[in-house]
Amino acid sequence: MFTFISDWFFRMTWLYDGIAWLVEDIFGLSLDSRLGNSLHFFIYDIIKLSLLLIVLVFLVAYIQSYFPPEKSQKTLGKYKGIKGNTLGAGLGVLTPFCSCSSIPLFIGFTKAGLPLGITFSFLIASPLIDLASVILLAGIFGGQIAIAYVLSGAILAIIAGTIIENLHVEDQIASFIYERGIEAMDYDIVLTQKDRFIIAKNEVKVVYRRVWKWIIIGIGMGALIHNWIPTSLLHAVLGKDNPLAVIIAIVVGIPMYANIFGMLPVAEALLAQGIGLGTVLALMMSVTVLSLPSMLLLKEVVKPKLLMIFVSMVSIGVLIIGYLFNTIEYLF
Amino acid sequence: MVIKVVGKGCMTCENMYQAMKSVIEKHKLEAELVYVKDLKDIAKLGIMRTPALIVDNKVKASGRGLNAEEIEAILGL
Repeated sequence: MFTFISDWFFRMTWLYDGIAWLVEDIFGLSLDSRLGNSLHFFIYDIIKLSLLLIVLVFLVAYIQSYFPPEKSQKTLGKYKGIKGNTLGAGLGVLTPFCSCSSIPLFIGFTKAGLPLGITFSFLIASPLIDLASVILLAGIFGGQIAIAYVLSGAILAIIAGTIIENLHVEDQIASFIYERGIEAMDYDIVLTQKDRFIIAKNEVKVVYRRVWKWIIIGIGMGALIHNWIPTSLLHAVLGKDNPLAVIIAIVVGIPMYANIFGMLPVAEALLAQGIGLGTVLALMMSVTVLSLPSMLLLKEVVKPKLLMIFVSMVSIGVLIIGYLFNTIEYLF
Repeated sequence: MVIKVVGKGCMTCENMYQAMKSVIEKHKLEAELVYVKDLKDIAKLGIMRTPALIVDNKVKASGRGLNAEEIEAILGL
């Protein structure tokens, strides 16, 4: 049953065959030729990812409309220590969030008096392991890899948050956050089923507008990796024999601002070419959490020292995850 | 009545501000309309998701752009 869903919905074998027919019989290009294969990869992946994005983002936005950040903040306020960090990471998965809205969220949590460590656990987990990406990873790479990704991401968020808590760097937050404003405002929001549908529909539009460029770039890169970049070159840079592979993957990921939908074709292509699982995971994590644009946003609310602590801790965490999974890859 | 539209000036926020304006004109509401754009002011309000609509210190919507019809429904017009 799972295989059926996976083949039909996630891998879209029907679409694969349909596009194969289009490329071979209509365009007259063999799938064995480079051009034919690239063209097939490109058309098939664009349609597949667009469909997945629409369905998953809609579903997830609908579920998430039941978990607004105001609620998460209240729940988190009741816990302290590692329990709070764990819950922070867990709620990060459920709370609607992208790095572009990290700042208002960060401000809101901090003003509400949540411990800094818990806020950071939430901030790290949220973009790293959102619900849509977990479903997507499970569907395309299988349950084991998805679980490995989620667990390692969650542990990273919990440990990094705990360390930040114990460093006592509360003075590293921009002072305007602590300025007193109007006292807690009343929330008077009632959502009907129709509202939730509209919210989910709008979310699909917003996400699509933001990431379509990255999906096309990602697919283009995937096609390059599949057919045009010599395998030997790829392996020399990112292969298992290069001890620096994971570090290179992380550095390459930093200037990119994609989400998991854009990274997927790249990850698929890299895995297919025999690049280590850890290296691929490190690249995906680096793109989602360490991306330069979201760092620039965070810089508005925390002072450079805390930003450095955050960046170095996440980098070290992703580094460990990368090398760990390269080492234990044979288990999967 | 004091109505605040809160947003960093993105397209969705801008559309909601215009929609709010048109609703006020259409129903000849006696309302003071404020557009809160500055990050520090947004922080002071404690709003975590923009755009948001605040009517007399009650948050009526947060994290979604509303069109004129939706605003009318929320205000009970």
